[in-house]
Amino acid sequence: MLAGDRGPAAQMAMSILVRMARVYGAAELMDISGAHIDSTIYIGEAGLEYAERLASLGAKVAVPTTLNVSGLDEQHWQEWPVPRDWAGKAHRQMIAYQSMGAIPTWTCAPYQTEWRPAFGQQIAWGESNAIVFANSVLGARTERYPDLLDICCAITGRVPAVGLHLTENRAGQVLFRLIDVPQAIQADDTFYPVFGHLVGRIAQDRIPVIDGLTVAPAEDQLKSFGAATASSGAVALFHMIGVTPEAPTIQAAFQGRPPGQIVNVTMDDLRQARRELSTSEGQQLDMVVLGSPHFSLAEFGQLAPLLEGRGVHAGVQFLVTTSRGMAQLAKAAGHLDPLQRFGGRLTVDTCILATPMLPPNIKVLMTNSAKYAYYSPGLLGTTVAFGSLQDCIDSAVTGYIVRDDSLWR
Amino acid sequence: MRNNQEATIQLTATPIIPGAAAGRALVSNEPLSFWGGYDYRTGEITDRRHPLSGQIAAGCVLCVPFSRGSSTTTAVLLEAVRTGAAPAAIITTGVDSFFALASVVADVMYGKPVLVVALSPADFARLRSGDWIEIDEAGQVTVETEREGNDPSHR
Repeated sequence: MLAGDRGPAAQMAMSILVRMARVYGAAELMDISGAHIDSTIYIGEAGLEYAERLASLGAKVAVPTTLNVSGLDEQHWQEWPVPRDWAGKAHRQMIAYQSMGAIPTWTCAPYQTEWRPAFGQQIAWGESNAIVFANSVLGARTERYPDLLDICCAITGRVPAVGLHLTENRAGQVLFRLIDVPQAIQADDTFYPVFGHLVGRIAQDRIPVIDGLTVAPAEDQLKSFGAATASSGAVALFHMIGVTPEAPTIQAAFQGRPPGQIVNVTMDDLRQARRELSTSEGQQLDMVVLGSPHFSLAEFGQLAPLLEGRGVHAGVQFLVTTSRGMAQLAKAAGHLDPLQRFGGRLTVDTCILATPMLPPNIKVLMTNSAKYAYYSPGLLGTTVAFGSLQDCIDSAVTGYIVRDDSLWR
Repeated sequence: MRNNQEATIQLTATPIIPGAAAGRALVSNEPLSFWGGYDYRTGEITDRRHPLSGQIAAGCVLCVPFSRGSSTTTAVLLEAVRTGAAPAAIITTGVDSFFALASVVADVMYGKPVLVVALSPADFARLRSGDWIEIDEAGQVTVETEREGNDPSHR
């Protein structure tokens, strides 16, 4: 490929891959059987030039490849103040990646599509929350592939044989023990983003192992936990004893080695982490936003009945972000009508962090997502209040931020 | 009253993306995500939870242990190279593949790689914001310091 026998695009991709293999210290490359491309997000001219360079050289993906969120909701962007120039460029970037033969999933939750990887499958995934879910919850194997490299792996079908692709590098490194955390807290959806935020902050780029859970978390709870660890830290793999597939026991999770660090997690630590997720003071509220990572069918199913008979306050926007495919499933299941009657809106294929859709008068957001809470202040210049799904709905109806803290006292 | 200590420190780094560069140091022990943390038009660090929030890193030697979080960090750094608002060099404490990749692609696309080197954590801990740092092709790092007691900008 380096010599150009598979065309100039594969040659360019392989030349980048080979230089990166040296950076990684890889002795060799290995085959993959799937990829997920984060480079789809339109950031600016350089990323577009890169995508169109590859596309114009005739790039084609060599393995089944899903696409992350785009920079444009093709269906709804004109309902928002998205600049026309941005829309045009973001759309060109979508076209460039689609032209390489990738599947237009346009979601940051590709693990909740039919392209969900299998246990042990070697893949090259971008998008931090998708990486941590694939490694941890599914037991597939991917490194933290950055934007721009993910597509090189997809085009060549190869990755450097290093890091989390190899069994010996998947052992736990730091043990988090839940100490006297009540079952009622552990069963609550809000526990997972809060705990994940704490774990990411402490674990940073290490592999955390969680012990002491007394409940069986739902898939969407693990999704929000992982997304939080990959926002406040650089976690690419976690093990949860008795929950995730490579962690039936502590010994298995650490591959028989001793933990490098043991962290005891108390309710005080969790309360502190929960406070850290909010930057707003006071009760002003402009918008509630749900769906980072993208809302799943189960989450729509949870949301819909909570909206029945209620309506969003005139001064507040209520938005759910998901993929076009998941929106169709939610519609078929009857979950979108309650959202519409409530006065809520839907954005597909992108999210508020990836497309400039928010009107300038939106200054205070509320969300149940640690990822939205973590990134909104820096990316959007808003303040943010973190709360439960019920808090978010109650606040949207009331018109100002209300939170039920009874569980967390 | 002047109580300055001027000193030159020589450190040996591992070149990840080799090259020569010099600039004023911006140092933090907190890792940084460029996505939501770096304005590629101005070089301002915009992560409001980060100790370097509000500092302009364009043309500086940015010293952070590693990149945090989102895999979009590379794309933002590539944009910064294109607009001219990238750091002159980045010093980390380990091999940070995100910074390295942005640099490799910046080389392929624009012929302008960002120098990336790694120091041991002990050597990294000797750097202070405001130091003048020169890095050569072999990874030799020359640090000119001028310190008055404790530097409050360092965390």
